[in-house]
Amino acid sequence: MTADDRVGRVPATSVRGAALRGVLARPGQEAVRNRGWLAAHKWLLLRRVSQLGILALFLLGPWLGIWIVKGNLSSSLTLGVLPLTDPFLLAQSFAAGVVPYKEALLGGGIVLAFYLVFGGRLFCAWVCPINLVTDAAAWLRRRLGLKGGKAPDARLRYWLLACVLAVAALTGSLAWEWVNPVSMLHRGLIFGFGLAWGVVGGIFLYDLLIASRGWCGHVCPMGAFYALLGRTALLRVSAGGRGKCNDCMDCFAVCPEPQVIRPALKAAGQTHPLILDRDCTTCGRCVDVCGQDVFRITTRFDRSES
Amino acid sequence: MTDVMDKAKDGKGAPARRRFLKEVAGVAGGACLLAAGVGLYSRQAAALPATALRPPGALAESDFLGACVRCGLCVRDCPYDTLKLAELGDGVVTGTPYFEARKVACEMCDDIPCVLACPTGALDRGLTDIEHARMGLAVLIDQETCLNFLGLRCDVCYRVCPVIDRAITLERVHNPRSDRHAMLLPTVHSEHCTGCGKCEAACVLPGEAAIKVLPVRLAQGSRAEHYRRGWEEKEAAGGSLIGDQIELPVRGMEDQPYGDTRLRTQPAPAPAPGAPPTGLDSGWKP
Repeated sequence: MTADDRVGRVPATSVRGAALRGVLARPGQEAVRNRGWLAAHKWLLLRRVSQLGILALFLLGPWLGIWIVKGNLSSSLTLGVLPLTDPFLLAQSFAAGVVPYKEALLGGGIVLAFYLVFGGRLFCAWVCPINLVTDAAAWLRRRLGLKGGKAPDARLRYWLLACVLAVAALTGSLAWEWVNPVSMLHRGLIFGFGLAWGVVGGIFLYDLLIASRGWCGHVCPMGAFYALLGRTALLRVSAGGRGKCNDCMDCFAVCPEPQVIRPALKAAGQTHPLILDRDCTTCGRCVDVCGQDVFRITTRFDRSES
Repeated sequence: MTDVMDKAKDGKGAPARRRFLKEVAGVAGGACLLAAGVGLYSRQAAALPATALRPPGALAESDFLGACVRCGLCVRDCPYDTLKLAELGDGVVTGTPYFEARKVACEMCDDIPCVLACPTGALDRGLTDIEHARMGLAVLIDQETCLNFLGLRCDVCYRVCPVIDRAITLERVHNPRSDRHAMLLPTVHSEHCTGCGKCEAACVLPGEAAIKVLPVRLAQGSRAEHYRRGWEEKEAAGGSLIGDQIELPVRGMEDQPYGDTRLRTQPAPAPAPGAPPTGLDSGWKP
């Protein structure tokens, strides 16, 4: 197949097709045509169900008096027996020189074990409420065709994570939690906002106008913490159908961490088609938008190509 | 080969390693600046407003801020909706539990559910008897508006006190304004006051209360350790440390024991006519 043939196969609405014609791209349209809207939004819808469902579980108590889960993502008690605690908060607590009670340690251990087994940044894509905000900003940025801005280096989040722990150790308090938009938004929805709307709005505008995928992909130290848990992730995205790729670039446009795709899709620096990068959030958006069924969500042991 | 390419790319001839170090330094510097900003902000905002009280069993504020994960489980288990989580802009560290006594006071539950709910120990389970809680200390801060200080029998703060007659007592003193009535002054005793805030919540004044629960560090002076209290030393030693004191007669109180300055209930015997007057009242008139 020659390069010209490939260009001929690239749909007009895709990122590359639109760029060739000088129009605004609508990534994912080919997938919608080929598989129908529902199937082309499967993982997105499942993710929204997961995010909103978890939020709903927390809200059932304060809104309807049905107490299945008490607390918030920082620490919670489910059905009066199951404690769950955010290990990122525990890490800050330890840094601040505090050893919490066994409920928090047990809860933190359960959460830590879950993300270590299944994949650290599953939190970012499937649980974190800020993801709804930054996804909305990214979607609007694409639809408005906003380009430019300046995103900080993606390593910033890891440095920030180190600094957050250092500040906790120096001040003996959970300093990051005073500004952490992730816990602030979730707590705000459940317990009341105050001025926290401003912080959330600020992140939306930052992602929309200044830095594409700026917060989740470059700044958030909480995401960095969960990424560090992702080295052994069982659930991974595979570009197993990479032979069918027509280079439409739609997956790069929708991926919150576009740099993770290339090694698997283009066999750059690795031979297998698995995306093993710890920054991959396993959101499955690439699976949705690919009109050629290149991607699938599978386990880290599935290196087959189809 | 890569060096050559890099040189060609950025023109200045900086090797890739140097450029990498520059980038990392920039990112690390930015991160540290951001974190330092957060740290400084947190220090500035750490001062708890005087009206915000922590739940029973809360660790000292500096330790509390390291242990509390802002989960709100204490708020959920508070049966009287006394506790709430601070929202951004409340003036209290975001997400931490507190209550304001004037709005709604702590009911001092016997089983202390908020303490049992805390998963981290920010509320210390060492507190098992709610009467040992020290959420703050009540202070009758405005004697000019307190009705009891005006000579009335309001007594509401005293009546509502869950530790009545120990944490708050009514002390009877002479009313110098009318000169013939008593005043019963509500008096807080720090060894019994839990800081629950019932007195402040119940104070009948229309706006601010005359009695307020303040953080203990604001309510109490530091004890003057260098000042030895003679009566305590005397009791501890089983007698005066400086021996018997010389008793000098006080004119007009010759019949009374040393130190007793009470006025005699019996009027002094009338002096013999012509004799020089004795006692404090010389009878001289201008």
